[in-house]
Amino acid sequence: MTTTVNPLSLNLRAAWGRAYVRIVGANREPSWIFFDGILPLLGIAAYVFIYEGFFRGITGPGVSEALNALVGFVVLGGVMIAFWMNVLWSMASQLYWEKEMGNLQLYMMAPMSRMALLGGMAIGGIFMTSVRALVTLLAGIYVFGVHFQLASPFLLIAVFFVTLIALYGMGMMFASLYLLWGREAYHMSSLLEEPIFLVSGFYFPIGAFQRPEIGTWGRAVAIGGSVIPATLGLDALRQLLFPGSTQQFQFLDVQTELMILVVLAVVFLILARRTLRYFEMLAKREGRLTSRHQ
Amino acid sequence: MELAVETRALTRVFTSKRKLLRRRRASEDGSEGPVTALDGVDTEIRAGELFGLLGPNGAGKTTLIKILATLLLPTSGIAKVAGFDVTKDAFPIRTRINMVSGGETSGYGLLTTRENIWMFSQFYGVSSKVAKAKIDELLHTFGLWEKRNAKVRTLSSGQRQKMNMVRGFVTNPEILFLDEPTLGLDVNASRVIRDYVRNWVKTNKDKTVLLTTHYMMEADEMCDRLAIIDHGRILAVDTPENLKRRLKKDTTFRIEVDPLKDTTTLKGIPGVKNFSLTNDDGASVSKLTFILEDEAAVSDIVSEVVRQGSKIHYLQKSEPTLEDVFISIVGRALE
Repeated sequence: MTTTVNPLSLNLRAAWGRAYVRIVGANREPSWIFFDGILPLLGIAAYVFIYEGFFRGITGPGVSEALNALVGFVVLGGVMIAFWMNVLWSMASQLYWEKEMGNLQLYMMAPMSRMALLGGMAIGGIFMTSVRALVTLLAGIYVFGVHFQLASPFLLIAVFFVTLIALYGMGMMFASLYLLWGREAYHMSSLLEEPIFLVSGFYFPIGAFQRPEIGTWGRAVAIGGSVIPATLGLDALRQLLFPGSTQQFQFLDVQTELMILVVLAVVFLILARRTLRYFEMLAKREGRLTSRHQ
Repeated sequence: MELAVETRALTRVFTSKRKLLRRRRASEDGSEGPVTALDGVDTEIRAGELFGLLGPNGAGKTTLIKILATLLLPTSGIAKVAGFDVTKDAFPIRTRINMVSGGETSGYGLLTTRENIWMFSQFYGVSSKVAKAKIDELLHTFGLWEKRNAKVRTLSSGQRQKMNMVRGFVTNPEILFLDEPTLGLDVNASRVIRDYVRNWVKTNKDKTVLLTTHYMMEADEMCDRLAIIDHGRILAVDTPENLKRRLKKDTTFRIEVDPLKDTTTLKGIPGVKNFSLTNDDGASVSKLTFILEDEAAVSDIVSEVVRQGSKIHYLQKSEPTLEDVFISIVGRALE
């Protein structure tokens, strides 16, 4: 290669090179349609049946809208779970897997920015998971007959993308931390699955934590859970897609949630950059973090 | 003379994160503590040279390569690659180097051979057009053209290592680090790799290769100059021919005998400079290689063997090989 390298061109190429694995490679085996697209419907179905059971035999004005909203909440939660699982297993754990595969050393030796590498992983992950999430969403709409009431399409798009940037920024930060902690990535990711399903309200509106009978700790859990960008992102998406049915479950208004998500995105990306630098420095000093089986 | 690599008093000591625990353990059984992987290494590798680093496992070869590849910081001393300091100027070094290690499992199984190499080329900013043309050329050269669209996970270990070599060359590096590149490969795959590397350096005068190996024949056949490294120290640097010439005044004898009860007495025989002992697993004979300063010592060796009740199966005087040089310098054979 020439020794005069344009850093922008280098890092764009590097990001695209790493994203390619997920954009093209990961979709090469059609089994994902069943495992990642259809199978998540089972988890969604369980909650849908519970909600439908509550409403069975109840009639009156607004009942069908309320049930539609609750089913829609669960379907959206199932879509967001796809992104959260991708962040855990394919972003946060990824540098660990790369180390075990023998790639990390080659990445660390290459002239590209390490953020370009993680950025490529994130872009690839967002694309790959969006395709899977779309299959789940469409299948959910078809199977459960959900009707959306889209009020502000631009705000919806803004919330969706800011949520993903914040979420994958968090994954990028975790990627270095997983290596620094030196724990099996499998255990770390497992630890962050079920508790986050609860505190982020993947199967119910997070505003439900604010019910008086739960007490003050319910609000504390909702605020704590808001550190995970999926929490506020999901709540905002639900408000935007079911505007008439979310007042009683509203946690914060959409604009506030979007602002917080923007702050989270910036903070996580800065922290990701810093932890990555710290990790690289430590790896060079200790000589064991980037090598296989060490 | 332009230097591709230069090190001065380069030292690398590995210490555990849990220093206190280690120190305590060390004080209890004396087995643990800081490990000095490189101990004041001074090297100069000229641009355009195929330089070999020959040493046993744990000698410090890979540590040296990792420091030069900016993956590891030295504890003390100086290391420069293409004139840049590895501790301060990692970026310009990284644009000029590449590395291939033996037994590498890098890449992604779902990508094809071509895609995998292309992906790595992107991390060096090579344009896709240039990269793809170069990849095709190299795939032909390394006999991998038929496998260009095969998924990486379907490749054999030999094919995979050839792919790794293509990955190393596709960025057209000024300096290429090859860390045991033919490890575990069959004769044909090894030959293809050796021939290409040798030819690459020969036809590109500005290209430098630092090769680590513990295959004597590979080092002898390929390298312009060789450094013999053991316990983190460079013990000798010269061309393979000059290294062998050092032993011209010495005599090499190879002897096969029934297993000896005591080999320590052989070292004390006047005229014996050094010797190595190899016991093949399951074999009932011991193979001894003697480097003799005085050829007359051979009669004392024979007497000692007979005195121990052992039978001599084979005895031959031979021309010194690189292995004999290694035994002469290090005091043991390279396993």
